Amino acid sequence: MSEKSAASETPEAPAEPKRNFLQRIFVRSGKSSSLLLPILAVFSAIVIGAIIIAVSTPDVLSAWKGFFQDPLGALSITWITVRDAYVAILEGSFGQPTRIVKAFGTWRATGETRPLLDAFRPLGESLVLTTPYIFAGLAVALGFRGGLFNIGVEGQLFVGGLASALVGYSLKNLPWYVHLPLALLAGIAAGAIWGAIPGFLKARTGAHEVINTIMMNYIAFRLTDYLLIGPMSRPDGMPMTPLIRPSAYLPTLFPAPMRVHFGFFLSLAMAGLVYWFLWKTTLGMEVRMVGANPKAARYSGVRVSWITVLTLALSGALGGLAGACQILGVDHQMVRTFSPGYGFDSIALALLGNSHPVGVVLASLLFGFMRAGAARMQSLANVPVEIIRILQAIVIIFVAAPEIMRGIYRLKAIRKGEEAIKRGWG
Amino acid sequence: MAEIAVERKAEFDRGRVVVGIVVLVMAILTFLLLPARSEGLTSTFVLTSRRGGVAIEAPDLILSTWPTLLTIGLVLALGGIWQLVKGFKRSDLIVALGVGLTIMAFLVWSARGASVNLTGIFVSSMVRAAPIALAALSGIYSERSGVVNIAIEGMILVGAFVSVVVASMTDNMLLGVLSGALGGMLLALVHAVMSIRYRVDQIVSGASLIILALGTTSYLQRAVLNLNPELNQPGPAIAAVPIPVLWKIPVLGPVLFNLSPIIYVLIGLLIATRILMNNTRWGLRVRSVGEHPRAADTLGINVFRTRYISVLISGAIAGLAGAYMSIGSAARFNEGMSAGKGFLGLAAMIFGNWNPGGAFFGSLIFGFFDSLQEKLALLQVGIAGDLLGMAPYLATMIVLAGFIGRSRMPAADGQPYEKQ
Repeated sequence: MSEKSAASETPEAPAEPKRNFLQRIFVRSGKSSSLLLPILAVFSAIVIGAIIIAVSTPDVLSAWKGFFQDPLGALSITWITVRDAYVAILEGSFGQPTRIVKAFGTWRATGETRPLLDAFRPLGESLVLTTPYIFAGLAVALGFRGGLFNIGVEGQLFVGGLASALVGYSLKNLPWYVHLPLALLAGIAAGAIWGAIPGFLKARTGAHEVINTIMMNYIAFRLTDYLLIGPMSRPDGMPMTPLIRPSAYLPTLFPAPMRVHFGFFLSLAMAGLVYWFLWKTTLGMEVRMVGANPKAARYSGVRVSWITVLTLALSGALGGLAGACQILGVDHQMVRTFSPGYGFDSIALALLGNSHPVGVVLASLLFGFMRAGAARMQSLANVPVEIIRILQAIVIIFVAAPEIMRGIYRLKAIRKGEEAIKRGWG
Repeated sequence: MAEIAVERKAEFDRGRVVVGIVVLVMAILTFLLLPARSEGLTSTFVLTSRRGGVAIEAPDLILSTWPTLLTIGLVLALGGIWQLVKGFKRSDLIVALGVGLTIMAFLVWSARGASVNLTGIFVSSMVRAAPIALAALSGIYSERSGVVNIAIEGMILVGAFVSVVVASMTDNMLLGVLSGALGGMLLALVHAVMSIRYRVDQIVSGASLIILALGTTSYLQRAVLNLNPELNQPGPAIAAVPIPVLWKIPVLGPVLFNLSPIIYVLIGLLIATRILMNNTRWGLRVRSVGEHPRAADTLGINVFRTRYISVLISGAIAGLAGAYMSIGSAARFNEGMSAGKGFLGLAAMIFGNWNPGGAFFGSLIFGFFDSLQEKLALLQVGIAGDLLGMAPYLATMIVLAGFIGRSRMPAADGQPYEKQ
């Protein structure tokens, strides 16, 4: 007994490293710094983004050319440019505080809800953008947990959207409680098939899922081009599908100018479901075992190839659901440009959220709000939306390489096992 | 030992059967084309090349459609049966031949009662294959040293962007190409530091660098190039340089000896890489680092330095591919203009079993399909161009599925090395 307690105590006493003040704030009693690193990564990305915005704005550059004549002027114009850009992001994603207050006043006085809805519209738009992010982020996260890198979420999103649009406009005279589930299921099934094909190839022949999911992306794009011009095009020949029937609409939560739809709650429910599946079911445990160590999983009797197919199929199903919800809840028809790259951004979400459903939801909220705000930033401050993508990449780099962060912020490694996953072609 | 031998035999048998079935399927496809209104028609292939007002004459190739298709189908069927029963020694060659014959059958079928300029298709295949082949070559350098590089797509974009800006500013194409290669190297340096020094998962690192390159170049195009259009005007695309005397050879001349200088560089690089990897001490070191870094380290090879150098070379070649795509052909920069060429290059590299020759062959197939899609859209053969556009991607997947058993990637590919 005494030996055991001694053995358990000895490594702990010296393993308590000195922490700097950031770690003291975020880390309690030697637990992990799983919250600290993502927060620092996002913070650093915002700082770097500010520098990029400043450097690429002509006014700022010309002010800096005369830095020695007017140093304060140069600094202040830099500050104003960056501040305007980020304030535009905030106002574009949460709404303008003054407008909200005024709308509340009108509502109290007259009972009119329209100004209120208008004032809260930015918030609603942010949630509209967050919804597909949550689904797509969960798709990548589920794959990561199973040791598989699904870069094909974008393609799965497209086929999911196509399938749900097809069911949505072609079936007639159905009650909504039949039509809507059918349309959702069509999207799920299409995405699942799109994911299962690379899964099957990986399990059967060892072909790497990264290349194959990318190939499936291109095939999905070509298929979309073909279907939207040919068999599924609108009667007048425009390259888009006909509008889906209202019986297949995902109901919106508020009246007209707000577009938030029931899919947002569906995505939150899906996050719960993914958590339950991965950590509370035997099958989910097998998925995580294969992800952690396929050889060990095989020796303990897990059918690795079946789990591989299942993981990518489920991941694809989530991707398909992302597309389906976008079609059924927002666009109500399939067009080629319905996704601004949700599937590609989802990789960043899964990494930032540490492949955990709660983390993915938080990361999706962050990205959804940033993207919604970026639209306003583009129109007000003339900063292209692409800045968001740069921020995303920087966040991934910092999250994936915690040692860089530790170097910048002089953090000490607290425990092993925080490092990013390491794999090759499989 | 005996067990291993038995296992190998079983694997070989399975591979043999798969290849046999694939060839038979090709034969069936060819036979399926037969009844499609082809009796009594002829397919004309024009071999005369007309470019820039100069015609290099060559006699037309006129084939009777029906007998040609029948012959090709029979040859494929016999080959497939032989492969199933006995097995050829080089099944990769058999598949290549099979694919070639099937494509020929398809061409003959689609040109029934019409004429197709075959030389033109070959020339444009070569032109479209060049960036894919450069990307494949870029992948070979990185992966032979054990670093997976899916960021090639991003390096192409950076190379394309930098070369356009530099060429526009200096009016010097050579400087543009060189700085494009330098731009690719810069991104490769980030990849190398992340995956070699910080031991980040190389696929995650590559994916994030693609997003970074796509975001940065698109951002800079909208924030800088669109406001200063003179920065996106590098002048006309780099012209083709005919090689004296040789360029007048019928068919071969236009296809091989009247090309963009970057393609000549590509061909030189292919040969140089082959020699460098297989016949020099440095190549042996790179390969040993990619196969078994621990052993290489024990023998005194600097694993880290070798990997850094290889990844940087990889980036330079990818940047060259970008320069080829922007100032070499499009004569400007467009958002996301790499359009998946980096990924196709990786597929070609795997197709070619991490060897330059095979990778080039794979790239030619992709380039050929690409130009075929364009030509067939003009011929109106009744197959939508978009559907045919899927062919290269489907082909990649089939090739990966069928070949991965026999293709052998560097053993330490994707594994960070930690010095003990």
